Amino acid sequence: MDLSFSPEYEAFRKQVADTLAANAHLAPTPEDRGMKNAKRQAWQKLLIEHGLAARTIPTEYGGYGAEPDILKSRIIAEEFARTGLPRAMSNQGISMLVPTLLELGTPEQKAAYIRPTLYGEMIWCQGYSEPGAGSDLAALRTAAVSDGDDYIINGSKIWTSTAKQADMIFCLVRTDPSAKKHEGISYILFSMDTPGIEVRPLVDMTGTANFNEVFFTDVRVPKSGIVFAENKGWQVANATLTHERGMLGDPNATKARLVELVELMKTERVNGERLIDNPLLRDRLLKLHGEVYAMQANGLRITTHNLKKESAGLAGLVVKLMGCDLNHEIARLAIDALGELGVMYETGEHLRADGSWQSRYMYDLGLIIGGGTAQIQKNIIAERGLGLPREPKLAKA
Amino acid sequence: MEFALSEDQRMLQDSLSGFLKDAAPLDTIRKIATGDKAAADALVTGLDDFGLSGLHVAEDHGGLGLGLLDACLVQEALGYAIAPSRFMATTVTAHALRHGGEAHLPAIVSGEMRIGLALTELSSRRDGAGVTVETGRLTGTSLLALSAAESTHMLVADENGGLHIAETPDNVAMQTIDRTRVFSEVRFAGEKSELSLQPDDEVLAVARLLTAADTLGAAQAMIDKAVAYAAERQQFGRVIGSFQAVKHMCAEMAARLEPSRALIWHAAHALDTGEPEGLVMATLAKSHLAEAGTFIARTSTEVHGGMGFTDLVGLHYWFKRIAVNRQLFGSPEQCRMDAARLQGWLETA
Repeated sequence: MDLSFSPEYEAFRKQVADTLAANAHLAPTPEDRGMKNAKRQAWQKLLIEHGLAARTIPTEYGGYGAEPDILKSRIIAEEFARTGLPRAMSNQGISMLVPTLLELGTPEQKAAYIRPTLYGEMIWCQGYSEPGAGSDLAALRTAAVSDGDDYIINGSKIWTSTAKQADMIFCLVRTDPSAKKHEGISYILFSMDTPGIEVRPLVDMTGTANFNEVFFTDVRVPKSGIVFAENKGWQVANATLTHERGMLGDPNATKARLVELVELMKTERVNGERLIDNPLLRDRLLKLHGEVYAMQANGLRITTHNLKKESAGLAGLVVKLMGCDLNHEIARLAIDALGELGVMYETGEHLRADGSWQSRYMYDLGLIIGGGTAQIQKNIIAERGLGLPREPKLAKA
Repeated sequence: MEFALSEDQRMLQDSLSGFLKDAAPLDTIRKIATGDKAAADALVTGLDDFGLSGLHVAEDHGGLGLGLLDACLVQEALGYAIAPSRFMATTVTAHALRHGGEAHLPAIVSGEMRIGLALTELSSRRDGAGVTVETGRLTGTSLLALSAAESTHMLVADENGGLHIAETPDNVAMQTIDRTRVFSEVRFAGEKSELSLQPDDEVLAVARLLTAADTLGAAQAMIDKAVAYAAERQQFGRVIGSFQAVKHMCAEMAARLEPSRALIWHAAHALDTGEPEGLVMATLAKSHLAEAGTFIARTSTEVHGGMGFTDLVGLHYWFKRIAVNRQLFGSPEQCRMDAARLQGWLETA
C-alpha cells in the first residue's frame, strides 16, 4: 500500500500544472456553446499538442502519441479538477468510436475519421438502441439489405444523443436476418447527410432534448463503412460498451458534487440556521460522505488492478450501479435540504446553483437507466461476479 | 502508487483464515456460544500462538511492528469466522500506549498483561454509568466492556476522555444477542490509575475501524453463504439463484460490500501514515459498514428462506455479531455526528 507518487510523476504533475496555468486565459467559458465552437476547438488543439488530450492516440492519426500510463492520466484528471479548467472534449466519437477504429478499423477508416474526430471537427452519434431493442440490444431490427456495393437501410434508432449535430453515425444494423440474433449484426459508419435520414428530437424529463429518434427510409450507404467484418458487429460493439459503462459513475466527479453539496449546506440558511445545522439533513450528508469515501477507495483499487493489467473483478463490476445511484442521492439531498426553494427550475431570482441540482437529479435518473439499466447491472454482478446461473431461456412455443 | 495488499499481508490473512477454518468451525462457535469454556480456551490458545498480541506493537517493544491495515485484515478474518478473540482489545490498547505508555507493551505482547476495553465514556455514556478519576483513583461503571472477562487490566476512558490503565475490577457479564463474545459491566471502586494518558481521538477511531473490519468479514461470510445456498437450493425445477428476484439480492449485497473493503484499507492506511483525513475516514468506515452490514445480515437471511431463520443453519450468529458491532463504540448516527465534529462542521460560521 503506497499512495504516494514517485518523483518522476510529481515532476509530471508540475509540468501539467504549469501548462494549464500558462494557458488558462485561452480556455473556453460556458458562453462558448456548441459542439463545433471555434474557441472550444482551439482549446482541444492546444490540449492535444501538450499531451493533455488524445494522449495515447498515435501521432499519425492526430494524437499526442504517448505510451499509455494510467498514473499520468490520473494526474491530468486531478489537475483539471483542481484548476476547474475545462477538460479535453469528450463525446461519443472520441470515447467510443476512436478506440474501436484503432483496434478494428481499416487503414482508410483510421485515416479519414480519427483526426477530425479528435479535433472536434467531426461529430458522431451512436445508433445502437431501438424502440424494440433496449436492454436486449441484440434484438435490433434495423435492416441493411445488400445492393451491389451498397446497403439499403430501413428502420429506426432511439436515445441517439447529438444526432442533430452529428456529421456521421456509427450504427448497428441487421445484415443477416436468418442468422442467430448475435450473429447477423454489422457495425457500420455512414454520413448523417445521406438522403432518407430523419432526426426527431426526443425531449426528456429535464425539459431538454438530450436525445433523438432517428428514422431510416431506403438510406443507401456504401459497404466500405463496415468496421471489422460483415455480421461481426456484435463483437465490435461489445468492446466499446464496456468502455461506456466504465465512464459512468466516476468517483472523482462524485466527490466534486459532494464538496458542492457541503458548501451549499454550510452557506444556505433556513429560519436563521445553516442547513448543515439541521441534524437530520446533516446525518444524511455524512451517510453520503461515507459512500463517497468508499467509491473513491474502490476507484484507487481499480486503478491499481489496471496498472497491473489484471481484472478488477467485483470492484469494477459494481461501479456503474453504485456510482450512478450515489450521484442521484447527492442531488436528492441537495433538493431536500433546499426544501421549498429546491423545486425552483430554469429561471428566477430564488434559483440556487442555476437549478443544476434539479436537472442533475432528473438527468442522473436517466443515467441509472441508460448504459445498461440498474437491473442489467445486477444481472452482470451476480452472473460474472458471483457465478450465479443465467436465467434459463424460455422453451420455444 | 499502489492501492493493494502486499504479498505479506495476503499471506497473513490467508494463514489466519486457514487456521480459523479448522479451529473455529460453526460447531465450535456454537459450543463457545453456549458456554463451553474448554472450547473457548482452546481457540484463544490457538490464536495466541499466532502472535496476534504483539501485531500492532513496535519491534523495539517486542512486537511485530505491523500497522492498522494488517490489524484490519486480522480482524476481518476473525469476523468472517465470528471467532471470539482478545485481538481487538489488545490492538486498541497497543495503539493507545504508542506514545507515553510504552513501558506496558512488553507485558501485553507476552500475554502477562491481558487487556480489556472500557471505552463507553468515549462514545455513549448512560445515566447511571460513567467513570470519574480523583487523586489517581477510578470510580464508576463502564458498560459493554470488551474482553474484560479474564483480563488482568483494563484500558479505561474517564468522563473527560482521559485514558487509564488499571487493574480489572469486579465485573459481571452483560448478555447481548451476540453470544460469540462476552461483554461486561465493569465497576471501578477506587482502582489505581497505573498510567494516565491525555484524550486521544485516534483510540476511538481505531476501535471503530477494527469493529468495521469485523463486520466486513462477517458480512462477507453471509454473502458467501447466501450465494452458495442460492446456487444449490432448487424450487420450481431450478436453482433459486437463477431467479432474478434472488440473484439481484445477492448482487445488491456484493455491490454494497465490495467498495466497503477498499474503504477499510484506505482508512487504515491513512491512520498508519498520519494523514489528517484518517480520523474522519475511520469514523465513517464504522457507520458505513454498520449500514452495509445490517442490510447484508437481513438480505442473506432472506435468501436462505425459512432455513435462515432457524438455529440449525446457525446464520443467526453472524446476524447478531453484525447487529452488536453496529452499536459498539457508537451507533452509526453517533459516528456520523462525530465525523461532522471532526471536520469542523458543527461550528456555526
